[in-house]
Amino acid sequence: MLIAIYVMSGLAVLLGAVLGFSAIKFKVEGNPLVDKIDAILPQTQCGQCSYPGCKPYAQAIAAGEADINRCPPGGEEGIRKLADLLGREFKPFGGDTAAPKPKSVAFIDENTCIGCTLCIQACPVDAIVGAAKQMHTIVAAECTGCELCVAPCPVDCISMEPLPQTMQNWKWQYPVYALTPVK
Amino acid sequence: MTTLHTFHGGVHPPQHKQESSESAIAQAPLPSRLVLPLQQHIGAQAKPLVRAGDQVLKGQMLARAEGMVSAAIHAPTSGTVVAVDLHAVPHPSGLPELCITLAPDGEERWVEHAPLDYRALPRDQLLTRLRDAGIVGLGGATFPTHVKLNIGETAGIHTLVLNGAECEPWITTDDRLMRERAAEIVQGIEVMRHLLNPAATLVGIEDNKPQAIAAMQQACANTGIEVIAVPTLYPTGGEKQLIKILTGKEVPSGGRPLNIGIVCSNVATAYSVHRLVNHGEPMISRLVTVTGNVKTPRNYEVLIGTPIAELEKLAGVLPGSDGYILGGPMMGLYVSNSELPVVKSSNCIIVKSRALFPPLPPALPCIRCTRCAAVCPAELQPQDLYWFARARDFGKAQKFHLFDCIECGACSYVCPSNIPLVQYYRFAKSEILAIERDKEAANLARERHEFHQLRLERDKQEKAEKLAQKEKAALAAKAAAPAPAQAATTEAKANDSAQQLPAQQLPAQQLIEAAIARAKEQAATARAKNTEALTPQQQADIAEIEARRAKVREMSHPDADSPKE
Repeated sequence: MLIAIYVMSGLAVLLGAVLGFSAIKFKVEGNPLVDKIDAILPQTQCGQCSYPGCKPYAQAIAAGEADINRCPPGGEEGIRKLADLLGREFKPFGGDTAAPKPKSVAFIDENTCIGCTLCIQACPVDAIVGAAKQMHTIVAAECTGCELCVAPCPVDCISMEPLPQTMQNWKWQYPVYALTPVK
Repeated sequence: MTTLHTFHGGVHPPQHKQESSESAIAQAPLPSRLVLPLQQHIGAQAKPLVRAGDQVLKGQMLARAEGMVSAAIHAPTSGTVVAVDLHAVPHPSGLPELCITLAPDGEERWVEHAPLDYRALPRDQLLTRLRDAGIVGLGGATFPTHVKLNIGETAGIHTLVLNGAECEPWITTDDRLMRERAAEIVQGIEVMRHLLNPAATLVGIEDNKPQAIAAMQQACANTGIEVIAVPTLYPTGGEKQLIKILTGKEVPSGGRPLNIGIVCSNVATAYSVHRLVNHGEPMISRLVTVTGNVKTPRNYEVLIGTPIAELEKLAGVLPGSDGYILGGPMMGLYVSNSELPVVKSSNCIIVKSRALFPPLPPALPCIRCTRCAAVCPAELQPQDLYWFARARDFGKAQKFHLFDCIECGACSYVCPSNIPLVQYYRFAKSEILAIERDKEAANLARERHEFHQLRLERDKQEKAEKLAQKEKAALAAKAAAPAPAQAATTEAKANDSAQQLPAQQLPAQQLIEAAIARAKEQAATARAKNTEALTPQQQADIAEIEARRAKVREMSHPDADSPKE
């Protein structure tokens, strides 16, 4: 009887020590789920989800505060991936988020730009070059198409240009067969 | 005699080689117009060096190689550059690409050119010459040859494989080339051997070309180059398949022949290397089989850039034609535009007709017969890949080695349900590549956004620190200032207001007042430095810049009546 108690308590102490040690030694910094969600999000940092960036939205999803259908730039594909990751049901885009748009980049009409730097401050990825009272321009390769620079412009010289199809981004189509009507 | 090995699968489509292989290579006449796409190779687009209106000589470089993996483009004949603009090119997308359009003057004046003594030339100079001559692999992939040969003697290349298999039906360019110009091909092979220094050099030719084999064997006598007849089986001409047959070695999944010490090149590429080394000529022409629904199918020596329409006129189109296949029927591109130019990769133009190429009946459901798996030369499971591609399950498709698919079309050829399998694989491949591109862009954006936030935070902190320091300095200065003055103001203030102010509020208020006074003083004395009191030199500069601006504005908004080119 006593031996059994000693053995059991000894085991409990030992296992407790192992668990305690590994809790300190193998502590996971941050929430790995947030990083996984963040990896799926398109990183446009546009705020259309009503969170100030992709990371905060990822945190909100991980905390269960936000729905998975609030990211228009991610498209339905993005929702599907999030649903897969989180084991939730696919949800189409809701009422208060904008519909997905074709990917575009901002363009500054350089004849109209007055060099106010407001767009530079708004850009979440520092993709606008310019200085006070100097013309600004967009580094198209870095632009995520978030449209955050459009609203602050006092002279409305920024427009969103859809990306044209080129040989580099052209894709093979899903094979479809034309149906011929029976005469 | 080397023992031959076999690769998995393969098919025997009807060959249709007799039509064009029995007549000698003919020189195609000078076309009325040449269209030269700037992207005729794998890698970066060439950069144009000429403008519309320029006079160019035959063999002159029109666009230079941009970066390491790229190749130059040359004028196939002398004439005038008509335009450098977008033009339809042979590409499945049908998108236009930047092209140089040349109007030949018919004089065929050559640019200065001379043969090279490649044995005396340093290695890197010889490779640069290959790049500047625009020489790319003519087997179909158009990979720049100088990159392929630039692996150094230390890389341990033990075998150089020359591909003369030409397994695609209808095409006979390599066959004719080997029959008529075997000695020249061997001279090109010698240059490659000089660069790679391989222990063995093997030429693989399918045994349906006995005359080509005989000609090559004769030309290769006493050179150490071994000409080997390989059984006729599609796709023996695939790089990996030919290497497997000749050496028994398998190129690893996702790898290149280089990984196993082998370099594989087409015999036509060797011929182009010969043209450069022994004649100083860049790649300005190639052999093209014109066959199919035509009166006289045969091989032509065609200038790069010649429109299809001019070639089909030569061969005489028969009634019932409804488009073209660029390349062979197994892997070729089906097009209908006869304005498309011949490019460096165009080995064959098949004029299509319903009788020769009846349209495929509609696809039926997959019955899982796995005939495709039995013929797949890459030893994949095409039926599984098909299901994954259909379901857009790209991760799974990648796990099943989708990217090892060489798109040879053997699976589609045997499919009893007529499923266009290769189209599904191409779709899945391009979707995966697009997803990877997006992922890269997202990673870049994430990095930049994190840096942006870090920068904002840092700026905020620096500002706060600066402010705190300033405040501290001001307070110290106040403390050091003559005590009577401070006492006097304190008294005055105390007298002014009936109430005694808290002790710490006083210096703050003083600071604000002092700051206001300073700002006023600064505003009164400040002058814009760049608009007033200019030196005559500066004024002259400004006037000049204004004049230039006016000119630019005029150019960008030409008046309606101004002459237009």
